[in-house]
Amino acid sequence: MADFRMPSLGADMDAGMLVAWLKRPGDPIARGDIVAVVETQKGAIEIESFQSGTLRDICVEPGQKVPVGTVLAHIDGPEAAEPTMLPAAPSPPTVPPRAPAPAALPTTAPREERGARGRISPLARRRATELGLDPAALRGSGFDGAVTRADVERAAKERPRGPVAAGSEIRRAIAAAMSRSKREIPHYYLSATLDASACLDWLERENAKRPVAARLLYVVPILKAVALALHAVPELNGTYSEGLFRPSSDVHLGMAIALRGGGLIAPALHHADRCDLDGLMRALGDLVRRARTGGLKSSELSDPTVTVTNLGEGIVDAVYPVIYPPQVAMIGLGSVMKRPWIVDDAIVPRRLIQVSVAADHRVSDGHRAARFLETLGQFLAEPDKL
Amino acid sequence: MKTTYREAVRKALHEALTRDGRAFLMGEDVGRYGGTYACSKGLLAEFGPDRVRDTPLAEGGFVGAGIGAALGGMRPIVEIMTVNFSLLALDQIVNNAATIRHMSGGQFSVPLVIRMATGAGRQLAAQHSHSLECWYAHIPGIRVVAPATIEDARGMLWTALQDPDPVIIFEHATLYNLEGDLADDAGAVAIDRAAVRRPGRDVTLIAYSANVHKAMEAAEALEADGISAEVIDLRSLRPLDDETILNSIRRTHRAVVVDEAWRTGSLAAEVSARIMDGAFYELDAPVARVCSAEVPIPYPRHLEEAATPQPGTIAAAAKILVTGHG
Amino acid sequence: MNEDAITAIVHRALEKVAPELEGIEIDPAKTFRDQFDIDSMDFLNFVIAIHQDTGLDIPEADYPQLASLRGCLRYLSARLPP
Repeated sequence: MADFRMPSLGADMDAGMLVAWLKRPGDPIARGDIVAVVETQKGAIEIESFQSGTLRDICVEPGQKVPVGTVLAHIDGPEAAEPTMLPAAPSPPTVPPRAPAPAALPTTAPREERGARGRISPLARRRATELGLDPAALRGSGFDGAVTRADVERAAKERPRGPVAAGSEIRRAIAAAMSRSKREIPHYYLSATLDASACLDWLERENAKRPVAARLLYVVPILKAVALALHAVPELNGTYSEGLFRPSSDVHLGMAIALRGGGLIAPALHHADRCDLDGLMRALGDLVRRARTGGLKSSELSDPTVTVTNLGEGIVDAVYPVIYPPQVAMIGLGSVMKRPWIVDDAIVPRRLIQVSVAADHRVSDGHRAARFLETLGQFLAEPDKL
Repeated sequence: MKTTYREAVRKALHEALTRDGRAFLMGEDVGRYGGTYACSKGLLAEFGPDRVRDTPLAEGGFVGAGIGAALGGMRPIVEIMTVNFSLLALDQIVNNAATIRHMSGGQFSVPLVIRMATGAGRQLAAQHSHSLECWYAHIPGIRVVAPATIEDARGMLWTALQDPDPVIIFEHATLYNLEGDLADDAGAVAIDRAAVRRPGRDVTLIAYSANVHKAMEAAEALEADGISAEVIDLRSLRPLDDETILNSIRRTHRAVVVDEAWRTGSLAAEVSARIMDGAFYELDAPVARVCSAEVPIPYPRHLEEAATPQPGTIAAAAKILVTGHG
Repeated sequence: MNEDAITAIVHRALEKVAPELEGIEIDPAKTFRDQFDIDSMDFLNFVIAIHQDTGLDIPEADYPQLASLRGCLRYLSARLPP
């Protein structure tokens, strides 16, 4: 038997409301089936099972809001207790675990080292939930710098009232994730101006042959090139938690999708490196539609191994992205601009795109991110290989 | 009535021998000498050598005899000079006294009371000063109590004698000279609950035996710093009174557990774990422990003091939990 | 095809892209992107919807001409039968 639990669909989620069961006790479940729908800060999300078997019983009724990790149901099955949410295909960690403590008996028990998780007392965490505050955003005055109940209650009193605080749920989710990112992740940034002319020329020729409904957006080959280039620099593709970087052998591109009315969400384009361009286009269209109308799947929110933000449709030159934890990098695409460019000592008009990388310095160094940009440039120069 | 802890123990023994004809006292030097800590002075003369018996230096032998007498219907009170020496009787206590009810399917009980001195603070060095209460508190089948006050020294013995199972009473060697008031009609007290010795709002100091008094001193010092400390006297080390402890944590949200034993595998560890189990979401700081340094208790006074919990170290641990800094 | 009919086609296409735009008033001079915060994916879907509604084959190079209601009126009226 396995537990089917409320999944964590991002660094910022701590609870979700069960909206509906799509399976009943006794129903067979295949791995990947959507079992339930959960309402989160990011809207209604369809929760998949990572377990095959039979739904045995349901522990949480629709309408109940429960913390992440709460058992929602039990699944009887051949595969014994697997975690509900599989991490994105972890490879062996590159950083070895800490050495065991020295044998000598310390008179004072060693305190845990400051980890990725903020120091918040259990009581303060509970109060913060009751008061609707993000405890991770508070300054701690307690033992070892922990956030205490007093810190939470002080922050609740000082919380600005009125329109400023009237952020939507999704605004709060973004605030929590981005605050955590800037607090914990030592970002560094690189950018390069890449000549996208070959790629875009190729695409226009390709689109001219296609009917309207089968044409590709210009971003699609660029996404494919990004996904392939990430293979060259695995330090940008994976997750970092509790002092360990877990590189991912798969590339699940988180796509930053702006929601009309504010906010954004970055669900995964699964296996972007292995899709052909048509498949990628279909997947992207489907993902954007579901991001805006509902129906994202839990794996799409939990799986991204790196995120791409594309602000290339207006006048933006370059983006300096904020990494979405626990990922370790974000790729920013600026606008395609036609500019004079020097090729073989001649000034020629070229379509250029400024690509930036924000990466986690705990995991990679600028030299490696530079390698990524160079590789990306090479892929863009040879679009027929995409 | 002004009295001492020693006198309260003597009164309790006197009451037991007077009220229950099955009760008798035995141990090293309890008769002619009047007890190593002078708790049985005059009892031999009053009750005679059948009821107040000096024994050879053979803990395994006379504790075993006590178990046999208890099985035979008597109510023996066995005194062991210190907990360090009780190790010679560990086999009798753990393998026999604690198990016979279970192994006989409830047919036999062992209504034995063992009193022993424990703890440091009298410059008696490493073979007379250790605090091994938690070894006994580990064992199912026996009850372990630790009177910290004159009232409990006076009242716990009689209640322990009424228990059909073995009860061990730990008397901290520094407490015998403790002076205080005792009501003229003081008598038996319940032995299954902890007591809040001082109410407070900001942090709970949990201690037992002599360290309750050190915790009280620490609480006074903390009050001068504007920190309101609650002090709990565990009284019963087995079973532990979870309810009193957890209710206090629900008020103060912080705890310092004081234990003169070594930190590793201590009762303080058990209390701390129970707080984590029962009141995790009430905690506003990690549970702190103030225990003895992990060395055999030293002989020189300044080293003995440095090795054991003191009001200053208790107050410092509490202050850091409450204010975040020392 | 008259302006009213083309405006109705544009409205239907926009609603397909973003249901919340149903019945919304369109400023003919402003681009859809500026007015309704639509992105390239939305715009592509908009063009696909126009194509499906009218049967007109719209080359990619012409897309910019459909960026506003005024542009759509000009472009479509020239290509659709009256």
